[in-house]
Amino acid sequence: MSNAAYKEMWENLDLDLAAHDALLEVLGKFYGDIYLSQQGRLQGAEYLDFVLSEVHGLRIKELQDAKAQGRKIVGSFCVFVPEELTLAVDAVQVGLCAGADAGREAAERIVPRNTCALIKSFVGFKLAKLCPFTESCDLIVGETTCDGKKKTYEAFGEYVNMYVMEVPQQKNACDRDLLRSEMLRYKAELERLTGKTIGVAELRRGVEIVNAKRKAIQRLNALRVADPAPISGRDALLINQISFYDDPVRFTAKINELCDEMERRVARGEGVAPKGTPRLLLAGCPMAVPNWKLPYIVEGAGAVIVGEESCIGTRNIRDLVDETAVAEATTTEEIIDALVDRYMKIDCACFTPNTERLGNIAALAKDMKAQGVIHYSLLFCQPYTHETFKVEKALAQAGLPMLAIETDYSMEDVEQLKTRVQAFIETIEQ
Amino acid sequence: MSEELYAGVDVGSRSIELVLYAGGEAIEGRRLPTTFEPLGQCRRLLDGWRPRRIVATGYGRGLIEALAGELGLGAEVECITEIKAHALGASWRFPEARTVLDIGGQDTKAIALLPGGKVGRFEMNDRCAAGTGKFLEYTAGVFQIPVEEFGEYALQGDEAPVINSMCTVFAETEATSLMAQGVRPHNIALGLHQAIVRRTVNMLGRVGLAYPLVFAGGVARNPCVRELLGRNLGATPGEALLTPPDPDMNGALGAALWAAREG
Repeated sequence: MSNAAYKEMWENLDLDLAAHDALLEVLGKFYGDIYLSQQGRLQGAEYLDFVLSEVHGLRIKELQDAKAQGRKIVGSFCVFVPEELTLAVDAVQVGLCAGADAGREAAERIVPRNTCALIKSFVGFKLAKLCPFTESCDLIVGETTCDGKKKTYEAFGEYVNMYVMEVPQQKNACDRDLLRSEMLRYKAELERLTGKTIGVAELRRGVEIVNAKRKAIQRLNALRVADPAPISGRDALLINQISFYDDPVRFTAKINELCDEMERRVARGEGVAPKGTPRLLLAGCPMAVPNWKLPYIVEGAGAVIVGEESCIGTRNIRDLVDETAVAEATTTEEIIDALVDRYMKIDCACFTPNTERLGNIAALAKDMKAQGVIHYSLLFCQPYTHETFKVEKALAQAGLPMLAIETDYSMEDVEQLKTRVQAFIETIEQ
Repeated sequence: MSEELYAGVDVGSRSIELVLYAGGEAIEGRRLPTTFEPLGQCRRLLDGWRPRRIVATGYGRGLIEALAGELGLGAEVECITEIKAHALGASWRFPEARTVLDIGGQDTKAIALLPGGKVGRFEMNDRCAAGTGKFLEYTAGVFQIPVEEFGEYALQGDEAPVINSMCTVFAETEATSLMAQGVRPHNIALGLHQAIVRRTVNMLGRVGLAYPLVFAGGVARNPCVRELLGRNLGATPGEALLTPPDPDMNGALGAALWAAREG
């Protein structure tokens, strides 16, 4: 992992090499404990192991090579940033490091202490010079999905080339108009950044690539309905996490191969845990790499996770851009309309009201044959923590028990969390 | 009824309890401080006994698995959470119980009971030991009173000042400033107890408190917490508010009952 060949590249990106080495060492150990220790993993998980082991190595090298060819790198933190447009200018879109407690002290010099761990993490990674993705970016696209992020981007903009996209907070006609104009504004920004013009063909190609990626994960999730579960929740989360930073075409091919293997496994009635293992759905805040704390606790306590209702999960892939509309479109404006239709379906907690999310969670839990839901909120995440109450009520009406967990990236509450999660699993088994 | 011997062990943050169960009865209860060598303490507790099955609970429950080999052929070891153990223990003693409150050394748990000792909703404090036995132990230390006597001491107060902070460190600061204002120490002690009870009542509300309520865990030995809890809830002790005679053994009892299930 800490390959000497990458040293020069990291040096050129102005990373703090000593701290970065230490980070990779911790990450490697963490990955070994949580992932490599699993029994009955799929062969196709080799791809995940490889991509994760090269997350700051080969993938960054690819980004540098792309830059050398004149392609631009766009960083983002949110499923509202339309990758279809980014790909239409042949730029690379990557999700930025936001899942580990890194550079917190530095971050707390520019954001308040009671800011969620995810925000503190991306600020910390930048200020402590630990994220080669951030350092590779030509543009970082923020969005207004919560006050924490909104205000942080103002401070963050002093360190990076920042662009903020406004996301509506309601779903009326005027909100749709706002998102549409924001899509057009982002399109213009990308054209300015790259000197290219986005035409119908380029946009179609973007839609095709991103839809294919979504379909691969949809296929994966459909296979997880099987009991015994053919893949662990940890590996499925990792696949969702990798979908944000690996090359999308390669990712889609690899995940489809993995799905082929899963199909054979399901046909043989094999899985990662015995048939009848309690099945749980995770819902709530996104878990960015390497935030594997809760899935590890849940699966260590004897349950299997069968779905992730989060932005690094179904919220990112549930809805496709309408391919018929895109095929029939003769102007970029028409394709943008199809994009807007798709993105307005996102059931992010930034919307008020956000009632469709309640139905979506209950439906997903039923589809995945989950026996309970663990609702996960990051400490200080107002939007999702608020929704905890409503989700619990809606699930109770659907006859599904729910456990609410509020935590962050620190490990000090692991024992208490284990007790609560195990007790929840006991109630499902009783 | 089988005469085989079953054991429940509750490895808590402050003490370890053992309950032995045979022929439908809890035949023995023992307790030792946890110390920094909990496994050795478990060995001491089990010395001379050869249970067929041990069920461990409490935050150190994972440790007990190491004992399986030592106990010889046929001994099985299993773990359950404190939440399940307290529910089982409380409803065995009080079959009519609908809610369990356990305040231990570093955790507070509120559990709604379903028929048969099953667990409904539950709540538990998260990372911080605010408002638990640890809080009482620490603040008793500030008064230079052994924690066992702190409840009696506080009951001599007649007017509880409001103490808002549940953080042990901040509560001490509040108590110190009350002392500087000339508030009677007994009243400050009463205020500290009231702070715990207020927090506990909130937690009970979140699981949908129904009566009778069983109050277990080491803190149930504290007469002031019992008194204030009854008063705050308007629950009559002995009727709506039930306390087992040895409340700190409740978790180990529940574990022993689980060990003895299906014979």
